[in-house]
Amino acid sequence: MSETLNLLIGLALGMNLVALASSRLPSVIRSAALQGMVLGIMPLLLEDRLRWTLLAIAIGTIVVKGFVIPSLLRHALRAANIDREMQPLIGFVPSLLLGAAATIGMVALSGRLPLRPEHAKLLAPASFATVVCGFILLMARSKAISQVCGYLILENGIYLFGLLLIHSTPLLVEAGILLDLTVAVFVIGIIVDRIQREFDSLDTRKLTSLRE
Amino acid sequence: MKETLLIALPLLFAIGAFAWPAERTRPLFLPVAGILHSILALWLLINPPAVPANIWFSFDPLARAVLPMTSLLFLVCSFYGVAYLRVRAEWKNRVFVAALLILLGLLSLALQAQNLGLLWVATEAATLVSIPLLHFNGTARAFEAAWKYLLIGGTGIALSLLGSFCLGYASLYNGGSGDLSFAALAKPGANLSLPWLLTAWVLLLTGYGTKMGLAPMHTWKPDAYGEAPGMVGALMAGGMTTMAFVAILRVKQVVDSAGPEARTATTTTLLGLGLFSMLIAAIFLLSTPDFKRMLAYSSVEHMGILAVGAALGGVGTWAALFHVWTNGFTKSALFLSAANIRRATGAQTRDTVAGMAWRTPWSARILVVGVFAITACPPFGPFFSELRILAATFSGRKPLVAAVFLLCLLFAFFGLTRLVFTIVDGRPRPPVGIANQRHPENPGVVLPALAFLALSLWLGLATPRLLNDVWMNAAHFLYDAP
Repeated sequence: MSETLNLLIGLALGMNLVALASSRLPSVIRSAALQGMVLGIMPLLLEDRLRWTLLAIAIGTIVVKGFVIPSLLRHALRAANIDREMQPLIGFVPSLLLGAAATIGMVALSGRLPLRPEHAKLLAPASFATVVCGFILLMARSKAISQVCGYLILENGIYLFGLLLIHSTPLLVEAGILLDLTVAVFVIGIIVDRIQREFDSLDTRKLTSLRE
Repeated sequence: MKETLLIALPLLFAIGAFAWPAERTRPLFLPVAGILHSILALWLLINPPAVPANIWFSFDPLARAVLPMTSLLFLVCSFYGVAYLRVRAEWKNRVFVAALLILLGLLSLALQAQNLGLLWVATEAATLVSIPLLHFNGTARAFEAAWKYLLIGGTGIALSLLGSFCLGYASLYNGGSGDLSFAALAKPGANLSLPWLLTAWVLLLTGYGTKMGLAPMHTWKPDAYGEAPGMVGALMAGGMTTMAFVAILRVKQVVDSAGPEARTATTTTLLGLGLFSMLIAAIFLLSTPDFKRMLAYSSVEHMGILAVGAALGGVGTWAALFHVWTNGFTKSALFLSAANIRRATGAQTRDTVAGMAWRTPWSARILVVGVFAITACPPFGPFFSELRILAATFSGRKPLVAAVFLLCLLFAFFGLTRLVFTIVDGRPRPPVGIANQRHPENPGVVLPALAFLALSLWLGLATPRLLNDVWMNAAHFLYDAP
């Protein structure tokens, strides 16, 4: 059981690096979606006995993170009719190296945080590493959609950490979090659409009229 | 029951407003909901419920100390909203009115929340619902501000979720159940795992600090407040920031329960961030040419004051809760009058706006008096609350903190008065055709601002004994409870 879980965690971490290294928007969206689906399977592996609450969380996560949000993003991509090449503020290779360094750093750092014996050792470091990779993607790209993907990967990292608490946090909180995330992306889609109309571009480097 | 109504009533009104067919009469939903909400909140202020409503939310001493203020703030703003939407009659207001009402409901939920997860959900939802309020003006600048707010606010909120989970794990690690309700989180007390606790505190302080607008996470604030309609600015500066402040206070209570080491960490970081916010705000207040962005920096400054008060503990916390009220009302008077001036001129920098004492005499007067009030001139409320915080720094034997505090207040005073008098004095600037006319000011947009000034004056001159006791109770609840 734990072997499979570790494999999935490794896969999720790999997706971080794929997202950081890819130069085209659709592939970044795809890696964020794939990571979301990998994350969705994890709750089922945490326990030997299948509980319906865990099943509900898993299905909800896979549907929302794997299908609903990516399709919203692809829709925004089509509607805005933007070119799919990304313009990085930090190049692809440097951001890949940054991401790898952050992953190693986070694994080293979270070794200092104590974990209960029954918990998978890799969850906390993987969570922090994913959060940092999301941050890098958020900061290093200038297209609005790729910033949203960075935000999604950041949220995926937080979800990984949430798995440590899955037995004790009530389902209501998980559901609320998932709902908020969906609405967030929906709102982002609308704003992206408006920015496209007003500025005739989704390049956030053009959003510079407000400054000191 | 009344606690639930505080949350449900605005949400029901929001549904009603959304379904209401007539554009002209829809804004009336705002004052009706505001009046009913205020009656409920004041009722609960005077007769607090003896037992918590349920495990998710309750009208506890801390909610009692701040929720009525939010309610009154919304009430006065709602009357302004009716007049404002009449001026902007050509714009569709369905989403705007519904979003305002949902925001009130979510604020009531977040202020009463007894569960860290629920608090997070309410804060996140409040962030999202304020997006349509921010870009109501529909300009390119407004969308830019909304995007920055969404991205910075969203990231901050995400960090606070991670922090919430870390706090849950700190409790789970040694004997707690991992349940995210505040009572369950604090139960292990000294057994809380310190490394996890400090990780959680850093993440939560960064996250909710972003929402509150503490420097250096304040960068969304000038953009958002500069481009949002005045009443939205008032509600965000008085309501949303209060929500984040209450969240920080509740988290601090849990972290502090682990013992003196954790308490030192929370106090030092909060004090540091508070003073840094005041310093940054003072520096930017001296240089900004834009009077709506000026209000945002003033808000950053006052969030810093709140953080300093909360860090001092005991009397400081009591004074900070007092300051939540005085700052909320005074700042709102400023936001509303600044919005009137902005509408009259169509511009908001000192290069293009002048002579407003002649063009919009009432709003200009309110702006001037309000600026003196917010920079702590007696007999307005902020003077007394800031004086109490200053007294707490001396009684806590922190003269250096007091010195920085006073210096920042002084610079903020220079910056604010200089900019405001440039706008108010002088000769009206071109375009000439408009500049030579007086701008008609209708009572609907002037009276609410006056009402806020009156509330600020009342809190300063005659602070009700009831409110004093309520703030004191909340401070005891946060610091003396086992």
